[in-house]
Formats: sequence, C-alpha cells, structure tokens
Amino acid sequence: MNDVLANICAAARERFHDVSEPVELFGEVSIDVPRRVLPLVAKFLRDEAPFELLADLSCVDGLGDPAVRDRFLVALHLYSFTHNLRLRLRVAVPEGDETCPSVTSVWPTANWHEREIFDFFGIVFEGHPDLRRILMPDEWVGHPQRKDYPLGGTNVEYKGAHIPPPDIRRQPTTTTGYPGRIS
Amino acid sequence: MNAQEIFVGGRDWDQVVGGSRQDTIVVNMGPQHPSTHGVLRLVLELDGETVLSCRPVIGYLHTGIEKNIEVRNWTQGVTFVTRMDYLSPFFNELGYCLAVEKLLGIEAPPRAQTVRVLLCELNRISSHLVWLATGGMELGALSMMLYGFRERESILDLFELITGQRMNHAYIRPGGLIQDLPAEAPERIKAFLDDFGGKLDEYEALLSENPIWLQRNKGIGVLRARDAVALGVTGPLLRAAGIAHDLRKRQPYCGYEAYDFEVPTMTTGDSFGRYVVRLREMRESAKIVRQALDRLSPGPVMIDDPKIAWPAQLKLGPDGMGNAPEYVRKIMGESMEALIHHFKLVTDGFKVPAGEVYVPVESPRGELGYHVVSAGHTKPWRVHVRDPSFVNLQALPHMVEGGLVADVISALASLDPVLGGVDR
Repeated sequence: MNDVLANICAAARERFHDVSEPVELFGEVSIDVPRRVLPLVAKFLRDEAPFELLADLSCVDGLGDPAVRDRFLVALHLYSFTHNLRLRLRVAVPEGDETCPSVTSVWPTANWHEREIFDFFGIVFEGHPDLRRILMPDEWVGHPQRKDYPLGGTNVEYKGAHIPPPDIRRQPTTTTGYPGRIS
Repeated sequence: MNAQEIFVGGRDWDQVVGGSRQDTIVVNMGPQHPSTHGVLRLVLELDGETVLSCRPVIGYLHTGIEKNIEVRNWTQGVTFVTRMDYLSPFFNELGYCLAVEKLLGIEAPPRAQTVRVLLCELNRISSHLVWLATGGMELGALSMMLYGFRERESILDLFELITGQRMNHAYIRPGGLIQDLPAEAPERIKAFLDDFGGKLDEYEALLSENPIWLQRNKGIGVLRARDAVALGVTGPLLRAAGIAHDLRKRQPYCGYEAYDFEVPTMTTGDSFGRYVVRLREMRESAKIVRQALDRLSPGPVMIDDPKIAWPAQLKLGPDGMGNAPEYVRKIMGESMEALIHHFKLVTDGFKVPAGEVYVPVESPRGELGYHVVSAGHTKPWRVHVRDPSFVNLQALPHMVEGGLVADVISALASLDPVLGGVDR
C-alpha cells in the first residue's frame, strides 16, 4: 500500500476508533466506516487527506450470503487530486433499518448518487435535502436493484411451446460468500 | 415554487399573463425539446427572460442495464454496457472489460491494448464531433451540423469496417478483442486522419472568431474549478475550469503512459473554454491515433487462455458477421471436444474470482467508472456505472441559474450530456 494512503488511513483510525484497518484487494484500498461516524470521517478525509472528489457512490445488496452480517454495503469511491490516490469507504447498512447518513453536506455531488441508491435499493439517506426517486417514475413501488425484486415478464406461448417468464428463466445466481466483508 | 397552472389555449400571450397574478412562470423545457440532447426535461422557473431555478428531471431513458447485467454472463455484459452512452460505446466496453480483467488478474495482449487505444481515440473524436455539430446547430451555426456529422460519418464507416457495426460494437471483450483489425483498416484510418486535420482548421476558422459564436459562448455557463470539484464534474468541463486532470495521464491504463499527447486546459470555465478544450482534444486524439497506428505490431488480440477467450472465430460473410465456415466445420464435423468447449463457454461463460473493483477510464465526457462486484460466478453480482454525464448534469442548475433562458441552451450544449448514459 502507498505510504501516503497508509498514513491517511492510520490518522483516520486514530481519530475515529471505529474505522477499520485498511484492506488492500486487487490493488484497491478500502476501509469500513460505521454508519454513525460517516459524515465526520467523510469531512475529515475531505479536509485533512484531502480527498477532494467523491468519484462515485454505489451500493451492493448481499442478500442470501451467510457471510454477510449487514445486507447492504454502501461504497464511496474517493479520489484525491493532491495525491492522485483512490480510497473506498464501505458503510454497512442492515436490513430492517435501511438508513445511512447523507454526505451531501461534505460532497454536494453525492446528491444525485444518493437519490439513485435510494431509488434502487431503498436506503434512506438521512439529512439529504431532496431525497426523491431519480430514475424510476415517482409512483413506482419497490426498489428494483434489490436482489429479491422480481424480474417480472410474462410466459410466452408459441405453437404449443412455452417459454417461461424471465424471473423463472433468469434466476440471479445465489452467492456463496460475497467477499466484501472485512469485519 | 408556488406554481399555478396556465392553459394558453390559443389566446394571446398578453391575455394569458394578464389573467395571472404571479410574476414568474414555470416552463418545461423537454423532454421533447430538440436542444435537450435526447429526453432531458428541465423545469425552469422564469422571471421574464431570467432563469430563477432549473431542476433537471431525468429517467426517461432508463433501461435497467445495471439490473440486466446481473442475470447474464460476463461476456454478455459487454453488449449491454456498450448501449449506455451511445456516443462513446468503446469507452463503455473498455471500462467494463478492464474491470473484469482486473478481477480475473489478466491483461490483454499488447496488440489488443494498442487497438483499444486507437479505437477509443477515434471514438473521442466522433463523440466530440457530435457535440460540435449539435452544439453549433443549437446556437445557429447550422452548417456545423452538416460538417460535424459528415466527419463523424467517416469515423463510423471506419468502425463499421473494423467491428461490423456503426455503434454498439461489443468489439472489446474481456481478455482482448473479438477479432483482429481488417487488413485495410490502418490505411483507411490514415487516409481519414490526413483529411481530418484540415477539416478541424476549417471549423475553427468558421467558429472561433465568429462574433455570434463568441457572444453566445463567452462568459456563459461559468463553472469554476472549486465548484466543479464539489459537484463531482470531470472531463472537459473540469479542464476548461483550469484543472489539468486527465486519467489517461494521471492513472494511465492500456499503455497511455507511452503516448505523447497534451492535456488541453483553459481557465475561463465558460462554454467557450469548453469549446476550445474539446477542439484541442480532437487534435490530441488524432495525434494518439497516429502513434497507435505506428505502434501496431502483429500478434494475438485475445489472451491465450481457452478458459476465458471467446471460442468462435468471426468472419464477415456476404450476409454479415458470423462464425467462420472453417470454425463451424471444425466444431460440427471434426472435434466433439471443441463443440463441448464452445457450448460451455458460450452458454454458461467463465467464472470470475470473487471481489470488488472500481475501474475508471477517461471518456469524452469525464471519468467513466465501473464498480464491479463478483461473487465468484459466471454472472456479475453487481455492476454499477459512474457515468460522467449523470454527474456532470447535476452541475447544470449551478451554471444556468441567474442567467438568461437562451443561455441554458448554450450551457447545456457545452455540458454535452448523453441521456443514454445519464439514465442507463
């Protein structure tokens, strides 16, 4: 791991004890951040490291994976212009309490990203100024990127032969250990 | 916004506003407006000609690509991602394939890397040409529309020659390319480049000192570096604001570190700055394509791993692209093992080791990032795309609020969003 990045992670860990040790996989460094300290850690990383750019905010649904304790994993991909480095923050969000603090006050670009994750995964970003659906229609029911969201479709009959609907034909593969977990 | 609905219903405008007690009106620009580059809807609150607020409404072109990829194998993913940002299909394919290759721990052979660079830079030119053509037309430079699309057409002809399709190529595959360049391709590309430099000079002569063009672009849609970074804006918009950030230079992939090219920047941060940056980027791209042509050395274009490499050998026949007759003869008549192998790899696909990666590439619009998660199966567990159009579009209200409604067109054109990428 890059020394600068190691120092940044160590400083973050010293300041916020709940932040995990950095883990390097595929040449990419990730740290796990508990939900409640996310805005503070984000602000610290933006100002002190500094990670000026929130490049991407994504989410992974770990449904059906016995190794996963918390179903959702929100991933923030940070980029530092100063050091030309990338860092991934991972925030575990449990099923039944799908909330996560918003980082829009730290990186305004998170606004649409968080709306997208809310739209597709149903994760409520607390403190977001305008949390509405963004890509699906406003009156849509459900959150399509969840693994238990039905694929839908209808049975097709042609000259007596039946082609089952996509949600029967194309079952998503069940995972046997999503490797994202650090804890 | 305390809006009251007005139905104009064939009356005179004086009568309409005379009957309304409010000072501002809300106008829906789009989703069918010709200058919204597809199906973008902008809800504008206007006080006379001044834009008080601008709220982009997106999602009209949402096709569920990220969801669809999860129920198909890794190779099929390429045919989905190439359809997102339809003006830069090669970048979509490249980002996705680089992510899959990173998870697999493989690297495409050198010739494939060079061809990838070559096609991406040609694609950057064709994408910028659409921006120049449509952006020019929207500001009244109608001839730009014809010129821009004429040159783009020659690039699409090259793409058709090389990949069999004008767009949505699915040519870059995990592990390399689906097939090699046709023998006449380098000559044809060279001929295009020889012609193209002069054409760019013509466009510059047509626009760069045109008083109307300057008036409509200078000082319009200003986005300063600090705001651009806060709003996550990348690509030509960021470079026009003075930050020389280009992933090809800063975090090179596909051997970009070996190419000699400049990263053009401006400090004005306005529509005109973005125009200058994009024009110069086209010249730099042409430079890179020439270098890539010189670097082309014979060799394989797909990794030598039968567990991953696509088994078929494609060939252009009289009825279009398909499996080569010799290959069909081999799997159907000679080797049952080859048939089993083909069947297994084509229907089931290869497995990708479990893990997650984030791979960005520099697309014509900025950082195109792929967050790809594998659970160790033949299908991706999750593919999230950070599309630069999606993020850049967020900056539009910041660029246009407080300005004139006519400047919304100029600012939006210089932002160059592709709604296929925004909505995915």
